[in-house]
Amino acid sequence: MSTGDNAALAMQPQQHLLAALVDDAARVPLIPSFEANQPDDDQPLYASRKKVYPQRVTGTFRRVKWAVLFVTLGIYYLLPFARWYRGPNAPAQAVLIDFPNRRFYFFFIEIWPQEFYYLTGLLILAAMGLFLMNAVAGRVWCGYLCPQTVWTDLFQTIERWTEGDRREHLQRDRQPWTLERLARSATKHFLWLMVAWWTGGAWVLYFADAPTLVRDLATFQAPLIAYVFIGLLTFTTYTLAGWMREQVCVYMCPWPRIQAALTDEYALNVTYRYDRGEPRASLKKAAALHEHRLPAGDCIDCLQCVYVCPTGVDIRGGPNLGCIQCGLCIDACDAVMEKIGRPTRLIAYDTDINIKRRQHGQISSYSIIRARTLLYVVIIGLVVAVMTYALATRRNDAVSVLHDRNPLFVRLSDGSLRNAYAVRIINKSLEEKVFELSMTGLPDADLDVIGSSTFSGANPLIEVGPDQSREVRVLVTARERIPAGASIPINFSIVPISGGTAVSAGDHFFGP
Amino acid sequence: MAETKQSDQTPAAKVGTTGHEWDGIQELNTPLPRWWLWLFYATIVWSLGYWVVYPAWPLVSSYSDGLFNWHTRSAVAAQLAALQAQRGPMTTRLNSASLQEIETTPELLDFARALGRSAFADNCAPCHGSGGAGAKGYPNLDDNDWLWGGKLDEIAQTIRHGARAGDDDGHQGSMPAFGRDGMLKADEISTVADYVPTLSGLKPDAGDDLARGAKIFADNCAVCHGPDGKGNRELGAPNLTDQIWLYAPDKKTIMEGIINGRGGIMPAWGGKLDDVTIKALAVYVHTFGGGEQ
Repeated sequence: MSTGDNAALAMQPQQHLLAALVDDAARVPLIPSFEANQPDDDQPLYASRKKVYPQRVTGTFRRVKWAVLFVTLGIYYLLPFARWYRGPNAPAQAVLIDFPNRRFYFFFIEIWPQEFYYLTGLLILAAMGLFLMNAVAGRVWCGYLCPQTVWTDLFQTIERWTEGDRREHLQRDRQPWTLERLARSATKHFLWLMVAWWTGGAWVLYFADAPTLVRDLATFQAPLIAYVFIGLLTFTTYTLAGWMREQVCVYMCPWPRIQAALTDEYALNVTYRYDRGEPRASLKKAAALHEHRLPAGDCIDCLQCVYVCPTGVDIRGGPNLGCIQCGLCIDACDAVMEKIGRPTRLIAYDTDINIKRRQHGQISSYSIIRARTLLYVVIIGLVVAVMTYALATRRNDAVSVLHDRNPLFVRLSDGSLRNAYAVRIINKSLEEKVFELSMTGLPDADLDVIGSSTFSGANPLIEVGPDQSREVRVLVTARERIPAGASIPINFSIVPISGGTAVSAGDHFFGP
Repeated sequence: MAETKQSDQTPAAKVGTTGHEWDGIQELNTPLPRWWLWLFYATIVWSLGYWVVYPAWPLVSSYSDGLFNWHTRSAVAAQLAALQAQRGPMTTRLNSASLQEIETTPELLDFARALGRSAFADNCAPCHGSGGAGAKGYPNLDDNDWLWGGKLDEIAQTIRHGARAGDDDGHQGSMPAFGRDGMLKADEISTVADYVPTLSGLKPDAGDDLARGAKIFADNCAVCHGPDGKGNRELGAPNLTDQIWLYAPDKKTIMEGIINGRGGIMPAWGGKLDDVTIKALAVYVHTFGGGEQ
């Protein structure tokens, strides 16, 4: 940055907030520098991981994380066992992805493959939800909800429990291997593998009747693919949560990159309030500085925020790709501030704009409701409304018609014309239904269904099994003269003979 | 911006560079994680496995078999065998079922039509068209007019043994070449060709000698096509009174037929397709809509 740019920035600080944010982001490199400012061909192209020993912490955000961990993992591990009685012809599992029968069950909802657009709606909701979280408070997803974060949190808890908290673990890692260290390490890996194994085990339970599959798995009667998937998920959970941890966020996950591009200067982020904290000084040094009427910040440089960080970031360096914004540094700093009698929230959810406002003697301003957040809320509301409407008004029976592509018409030996159609009747109810098929649009025509010999008057009757669809070949033979090149709109309707309203689908009858 | 904790250092100064610089653009040194490098080596090791377990090495007259003894041809054969085994129960049922049973059992009808649809596309569509609508000289299978019979068994018989295809059990009759072989004179052919379209209700041209045409028809054509022109399925002689023309109802085409004769060939599929495929094809053709009970 040239001095001219600096001067311009100084004159119009508000207009260059984003530029300042970008500069701040570059303040502390994620990857530790080697010999700064020393271009050196001998620098390694590959860096070893610096192992992170996150320290135990208590506080508000830790409690939130515990709650999220118990709720999300509880849902994941136990949901397959939830029962939901639907009737004699359907599975009684509340959440079930039934691949062989091409059905997805979610409590009272049953989705057929052709209703896959509900998933599209859910994906739009997920994306908009993510964007909304980001616009309101940065990486809420990363810090609290992401499976990588939740499982890593659980694995780190197990690690602290078996190998000790940060200081103890660090000390032990520096010493040679002893039987005790070996036993602790073995216990840790055993527990990790157990958690990972349960994670894989719960996964496959969503694809088959859970109690039956558990019994089959235990007696080695389950299909090979079940064991393969348990193995795969055991491996990925163990590797990603045990060994990869923050490297998944830093090297593998696209969201931090997208998030950085999507964020704006009004989004709350876990922020070190350097307007309050700088210049850093220990308690003793601060007292000395105050004596000489020199400024001293609230940060006593105790490094607790760094020690508790699960990704090994120094939040005081500003916004950072490696920071998942879990808020644990807020808890750590608050504990220290309380101890030394200074106001808490030296690290807090805040914006850089507010820091700069306070430096200019203005009061902080928070604007959660902005055009951007409102837009996300409106889109979410619209998608929810459309999906709810579609779900509430969808019917148990449906009909679709496809005219034969080739030939478009057939002339019979007596000269009359025939068109053929593939009519598919869907019966989503759990009982077998008999439908009466009727056709309107051609006053003098015969309606025949291949394979149906029962009629109600002149209308063929078609049986469709429970929770099934059936395609029948339908022949329409016109007894009247059809002009050349004619395309006469006709309409097929089905109505259950047990009673109910008709559904219909339109098509055409083509002349020669 | 003296009041902010703004570093004067450039990112390059903080991170360090690789020392590379082009036109003032420096390359920051952001080293990859070392495990990334190990993954790269691991993929190389993994690739060695392919050499060992799959056919890979050309030898003098053959190639290395590989530990898995896996070959594309045997894999296809195994998949086909698995398919046949999967279809087994249904093919057995289809083989023994009557038309009545097939048409009233939805899953059997669906199975037969699905099997028939793919066999039809592979074997029959080149002549009869993808939808069975036929072409000039190739019968339309969608209508209700049949040269050799439209019952399920009759259709299966025609598919299995063909027509005029050299199969002793196949259909043999053909239209003689009345003109070429000198059985009818040119003016007789012209006169009877004027008469034939009237059998199906087409209007004659002014000046056609219909009485003489009817006489020539009765003397020469009625043997096969019947005295009333309704045809004879034993001989494959088409019904001349309906609205369906295998060739065309114009005088030139009719005269061509009388002069040179007709005898389109339907191949005998018995040796090429198995029994269940032939039955499925018969069901498929029958359910185009024109099948006879």
